[in-house]
Amino acid sequence: MLALVVAHLVVAALLPLVSRRSRRAAFGIAAVLPAATLVWGVVHLGAALGPGLEETVTWSAALDLELGFRLDALGLVMIVLVGGLGALILAYSAWYFGKDSRDAPRNSALLLAFAGAMLGLVLADDLLTLYVFWELTSIASFLLVGQGGLHRANRRAAVQALLVTVFGGLAMLLGIVFVGESAGSYRISEIVAAPPVCGLAATGVALILVGALTKSAQAPFHPWLPAAMAAPTPVSAYLHAASMVKAGVVLVGRLSPGFADRAEWWVPIALLGLVTMLIGGWRALHETDLKRLLAFGTVSQLGFLMVLFGSGDRIGEIAALTMLLAHGLFKAPLFMVVGIVDKVTGTREVGALSGLGRRLPGLAVAAVLAAASMAGVPFLLGFLGKEAAFEAFVHQGGARGWVLALGLLTGSILTVAYSARFLWGAFADKPGLEPVDPKRPAPGLLVPTWTAAVAGLVLGCIPPLVNALAQPYAAAYPATDATEADYHLALWHGLSLPLLFSAVALAVGLALHVGRDRITGLHRALGHPLSAQRGYEVVVAGLERAATQVTGRVQVGSLPVYLGVLLCTVLVLPGIALITGGVWPRDQSLVSSLLQLPLGLIVVVAALALTRVRRRFTAVLLVGAIGYGIGGLFVVDGAPDLALAQFLVETLTLVAFVFVLRRLPAHFDPDGGTATAPGNRPRRGVEMRKAVLATVAGVFVAVAGVVLSGARQQPPAASGEFVARAPEAGADNVIAAILVDFRALDTVGEITVLLIAAAGTASLVLATRFDRRRKAGGGTPEHEKEVLG
Amino acid sequence: MITINLAMAVVLAVLYSVGFYLLLQRSLMRILIGIVVLGHGANLLLQLAGGPPARAPVLGTALPEEFADPLPQALALTAIVITFALTTYLLALGYRSWVLTGRDEVQDDVEDRRVAERERPEGSMEEDAEGPDDEEDPGSAAASDRTDEPAEVSGSGAAR
Repeated sequence: MLALVVAHLVVAALLPLVSRRSRRAAFGIAAVLPAATLVWGVVHLGAALGPGLEETVTWSAALDLELGFRLDALGLVMIVLVGGLGALILAYSAWYFGKDSRDAPRNSALLLAFAGAMLGLVLADDLLTLYVFWELTSIASFLLVGQGGLHRANRRAAVQALLVTVFGGLAMLLGIVFVGESAGSYRISEIVAAPPVCGLAATGVALILVGALTKSAQAPFHPWLPAAMAAPTPVSAYLHAASMVKAGVVLVGRLSPGFADRAEWWVPIALLGLVTMLIGGWRALHETDLKRLLAFGTVSQLGFLMVLFGSGDRIGEIAALTMLLAHGLFKAPLFMVVGIVDKVTGTREVGALSGLGRRLPGLAVAAVLAAASMAGVPFLLGFLGKEAAFEAFVHQGGARGWVLALGLLTGSILTVAYSARFLWGAFADKPGLEPVDPKRPAPGLLVPTWTAAVAGLVLGCIPPLVNALAQPYAAAYPATDATEADYHLALWHGLSLPLLFSAVALAVGLALHVGRDRITGLHRALGHPLSAQRGYEVVVAGLERAATQVTGRVQVGSLPVYLGVLLCTVLVLPGIALITGGVWPRDQSLVSSLLQLPLGLIVVVAALALTRVRRRFTAVLLVGAIGYGIGGLFVVDGAPDLALAQFLVETLTLVAFVFVLRRLPAHFDPDGGTATAPGNRPRRGVEMRKAVLATVAGVFVAVAGVVLSGARQQPPAASGEFVARAPEAGADNVIAAILVDFRALDTVGEITVLLIAAAGTASLVLATRFDRRRKAGGGTPEHEKEVLG
Repeated sequence: MITINLAMAVVLAVLYSVGFYLLLQRSLMRILIGIVVLGHGANLLLQLAGGPPARAPVLGTALPEEFADPLPQALALTAIVITFALTTYLLALGYRSWVLTGRDEVQDDVEDRRVAERERPEGSMEEDAEGPDDEEDPGSAAASDRTDEPAEVSGSGAAR
């Protein structure tokens, strides 16, 4: 299975090479792999409907990571949608995109890559594997909606789709870790077999649900889906109708056997699913753009699927799988119909299309087949699913069952109404409107549309076929009584309540369509008291503003401020630790050797004077005084080698400073230290703050030094050893023995640092001299002028 | 057991305070001097933490028990030399900067200042959302037929 997924991605990567020759051929080649996937699925039908076909590839044994795949009934149905519809839509795309379309090469490669990721997602049996493919499909969706990024609508929709789905994806990842850790396994089949019961797992389940709800465009996250209609129609048909948006419901379907009886699982699913179904249906009734009408229809149907998959009821799950298949088989051809209508007439507006049905009857019949399946007309697949759904909740009874049954009935009425509106909007003769004059649609566009639409009819007429798929999936849910155990999909269950529901839905839905003017009036009167799209915009704008303000406050671009923050952090964090945990050593003496006093005084005086001087040369001399003073302290401490090094280094530093000072102005301040500028007063406050901060930090370091070195209780561990072994190194001076023998590698490192610093210094100084020589008068060389402006 | 005595603690406090204070200044040369002073303080701290004054660790001049701890000394010696390398390199950098810009000041980052003064982000998604939708529908079939040469640009160009 991994090989199949990888093959998709590899071919997708190579596809641009084909696109260069022929864009149509690229789509043709891209269609081969999804078709092969469908064939592969059918070949393994027996295993998929029986025990399931498993495959595990070790990813990282040390981290206990593996890529786990499993083909079961749900996976097989999704393969029909991802592979079967994928092949049809890619073939359709070959004729949809123009021969020289600039968008075609990108779309062919991305659609195929998406198909691979989606295949991995529906086959994954490991939550982490699933997550990887989940995000890959989000990225593919972003790229496919964004297209070339040339249009505002594309960019906006792509970012919205990405932000919403990735937000959900991240929440889901956290949830996956919670659930996986509390279950002790990331295998979906193992988690479902023994679902973890603890607070952590409950939180994790809720977080996973956020991922599923965002991906499947459930309220209040749904606006990204209609916005994504800015993508080309084949992309909408494939990603945003047939496959990707199903990922959320599929995940719910995978986990429901383990969690369906938990309130934190079924309550949000049932509630939000129902609300989504009603909102989507209601909005679809008022869209004038056929594509957006279908998009809201998809939102509505996804809500329906969500309710079914989360029901945890045997009949409900049979209905879920049937509707999942049905929705793919009617929504994809409906989108393809819209694409053709757009292609041949140049518009998708309800108010501009008239008389198309008489001019293109073949297309109209395909659309009627698909829309009728959506509306739940008998002999079509949608009818089977809807009957089962009504049966499930009517049979379940109780408050929950009836609320859901009546809610779904209302949703179905809306579905019938917008299905009728779609057919009317696209094909009807409208009085007072000039009939359109369409071009002839290419057969390459019609054949895939027809194939998908007819598949819905064929499967709808042969219920046992779909039944064979749905029963093994629903077998995960125990049947509570004989009705549930015996339930099977059929065209005729006798005169029953579900049949009445279907009839009511059709009748009332058509009535709603007939009275559409009044409904539009009602819609206008209601307006939009709450808009999820507006909510999204407010949240994103708030985030952006917060980010700008935080950046502005935190990143002020001033070096002293940054250093001040660093010092404050040092004072606050280790400072608190020092105050609470530090012990001032008891045997603290004022001075160890009297000589330390005058030497220390020299250092202190020179250092304090350093803060007041204005002349650079004086400052350098004071630094020298400090250095020599410290050298003296080293001598007192019994470290003549250190003192020697210190004197030598100090002298060299002094010489280097003097070389540079020759060229710099004598005073630090540009105006010679007589600053009487008006801005002087506030600066004094700043200087005071700096002085206080620096003093406190300096005292902190000294106190920390005393406390930490005073905390020592054992004599040095290695020093005695160094002293004892110094003669073996052939040295009387232990320091020398350490430097050149015991820790010789340190010294080599030190020499390397010296060398690098010398090379750097030399090149910086020589660069200046070189510039001088080349351009008399000096100044900035050309290449640096460009940088400095 | 071994502690830094009070007088030396004061010296350390002054060295570090002065070093920090100079580091907080805007003049490049003052910052450099601050680093040198901090280096002095650090080297002194290293050596002092090793123990109280004792005899130089040279064999034959004293008994091994009277020796000062040689290891911190060796480490401090390395530190001194590296401080020197760092100082000269920074000095050369400061000099180069002065030669190129004629200034000896650390300036604020102009771009950061601009960000700080901004009320809302540049290229905001919010503005994108509020903007007019005057463009043609990118999801349309006509848009999918468009070739690499955008025809509408040349058309409008000819009209002007």
